[in-house]
Amino acid sequence: MNLNVLIGLAMGLNLLALGSSRIPSVIRAMSVQGVLLGIMPVLLATELDWHVAIVALATVTGKGLVIPALLRRAMRAVSIEREVEPIVGFELSLLLGAGATIGAVATARWLPVLPEHSGTLLVPGAMATVATGFILLVGRVKAITQVCGYLILENGIYLFGLLLIRSTPVLVEAGVLLDVTVGVFVIGIIVDRIQRTFDSLDTRKLTALRE
Amino acid sequence: MREILLIVLPLVGALVAAAWPSDRTRPWLLPVVGGAHLGLAMWLLASPPVVSPGDWMGFDPLARAVLPVVSLLFFICALYAVAYLRIRRDRPNRVFVAMLLTVIGLLSAGHQARHLGLLWVGTEAVTLAAVPLLHFNDTPRSIEATWKYLLVGGTGIALSLLGSLCLGYASLHGGGGGDMTFVALTAQGTGLSLPWVRIAWVLLLVGYGTKMGLAPMHTWKPEAYGEAPGIVGAILAGGVTTVAFTAILRVRSVVGAAGAGAIADRTLLIIGLFSMLVAAVFLLATRNFKRMLGYSSVEHMGILSIGASLGAAGVWAALFHVWSNSLTKGALFLSAANIRRATGSASVDDVRGAAVLTPRSAALFVAGMFAVTAAPPFGPFFSELRLIRVALADGQGVAVAMILGCLLLAFFGISRVVFAIVDGRPRPSAKKGIGRLAEAPGTILPPLVFLGLSLWLGLFTPTLLQEVWSAAGLQLFPVP
Repeated sequence: MNLNVLIGLAMGLNLLALGSSRIPSVIRAMSVQGVLLGIMPVLLATELDWHVAIVALATVTGKGLVIPALLRRAMRAVSIEREVEPIVGFELSLLLGAGATIGAVATARWLPVLPEHSGTLLVPGAMATVATGFILLVGRVKAITQVCGYLILENGIYLFGLLLIRSTPVLVEAGVLLDVTVGVFVIGIIVDRIQRTFDSLDTRKLTALRE
Repeated sequence: MREILLIVLPLVGALVAAAWPSDRTRPWLLPVVGGAHLGLAMWLLASPPVVSPGDWMGFDPLARAVLPVVSLLFFICALYAVAYLRIRRDRPNRVFVAMLLTVIGLLSAGHQARHLGLLWVGTEAVTLAAVPLLHFNDTPRSIEATWKYLLVGGTGIALSLLGSLCLGYASLHGGGGGDMTFVALTAQGTGLSLPWVRIAWVLLLVGYGTKMGLAPMHTWKPEAYGEAPGIVGAILAGGVTTVAFTAILRVRSVVGAAGAGAIADRTLLIIGLFSMLVAAVFLLATRNFKRMLGYSSVEHMGILSIGASLGAAGVWAALFHVWSNSLTKGALFLSAANIRRATGSASVDDVRGAAVLTPRSAALFVAGMFAVTAAPPFGPFFSELRLIRVALADGQGVAVAMILGCLLLAFFGISRVVFAIVDGRPRPSAKKGIGRLAEAPGTILPPLVFLGLSLWLGLFTPTLLQEVWSAAGLQLFPVP
């Protein structure tokens, strides 16, 4: 039951990220979502072993603290505060996000799930979050918001991964965390390069390679 | 043990390269490690080790059918890299050399992965390791290309993770015990939950297809190949894309065992034809000969995808095509790099008279063009012929007509660009740049060797390789 409340909150944060024009609020929505995701494996586990504790701790610090801090620093370096003129407007992306959430809840009914997962919102939550990530990735022009979109997409995948947390080996979970950490380091480096080379984080300036 | 060495050796080499003090001598690590890797790969090709079914890693028939050519490609590119990095003294090469070695190590791991999660970790790591290679030149355009590669490639890999998790859940829902090796998943067969298998297939095809460069997920490819150094393009086009292709083949066999093989084949065929069509259209329009190679790669990935849709015989043709395409692309990328360096531009609008400026590279480029557009007697001609015969035997007449039409359009597009830069009188402004390039043996022999290998593969396809491709087909489509 508690789990569903958290997933519901995470889905609400999706909409917050879609509807806000200020980049700091998108980052905040993403980091709060990261903390919520970190708590979930603890709720799911029957007993608390070191393995679940590590996943939870790494998720909370990684997704909730380190990554948002890196993004905030990048944002301050170029002094951008808000996303102006997104490709997909804020109202439209909010509508799309709401549509995706409703669609996810409706279609998830058709998918067979194991009895122990039948009462949870994990599948629709994952689908809605992945869709949110996509909308941000495609519909925004600032590199930082696109990175946020990518990370929200990853959060959706993480939600889905919770379905498998009891059965899959440590490897897959380690892969998920490794991916986020390394991915952000690389993205961080590239964002830094873009900013130094183009003096801006507006990806619309990256248009030399058009045909 | 030997097969693990294929992974460990380059990774250790990468650490050594990172610690190596001299920029001048560091590039020699590439051919040294590459040569040892090639020796190991050939030894494994000749006498493969026994793979026990439950292994997470192993030099199985599929790895044996593909990994040797990746190793061969890497070694020849490594020889070219020594000459290239001598010319490019202006750029520090520590990260570049270390990451090239990391890429070949991780590619060896990805090709040998027999576990769903491990396969994903390997391919994801290759994607990230290739990032510093792309912006070696550190120009605004190369950073733009890197950003697109990272964003598109990262999303693709994220989707393939989601697909892997869906396939895992399909197994769990069907009563599986959480064993995610491909052997276990295939053994579970129709016990897998079909709705989840279908979702997993779509996500994995899109995810790994992005990495392979199938249209419409190909958008990173012309950018990356256009801006990265030639060797990086060759390794991406011939090595990194193949690991995604073998990933799709491995997943396809699980999906087939689950009873959704017909849907999988249809999607592979459609996405393959669409890739060929998109590539042909863009080849007719592009005005940049390095981007042209990117679109040509999209076309050949389409051919591989079509091959994968035609059962064991199609996979045989596709694996043959992996070999011929990798070797031919090597010749094209390296000779294009020579021309690009001598003329200072990759655009048809600026480059003319390459036959005068760089006669040997231009000759190699033209010969490579004929090879890649499937002129006999080069490798691609025979592998594509094989594929078309398999498709006709399968009753895919319309598809064959489309393939032939796209090949013809691609030939028009590629030959138009190639002759535009090779023919004519050099622009007066270009003559100043000539001093920067001596057509030294170090930059001419590697593409020549590639072309020779492509020719050899077409004329004298070794029986050993033919047997290996058949064995890989048998691994993916076991005869009951």
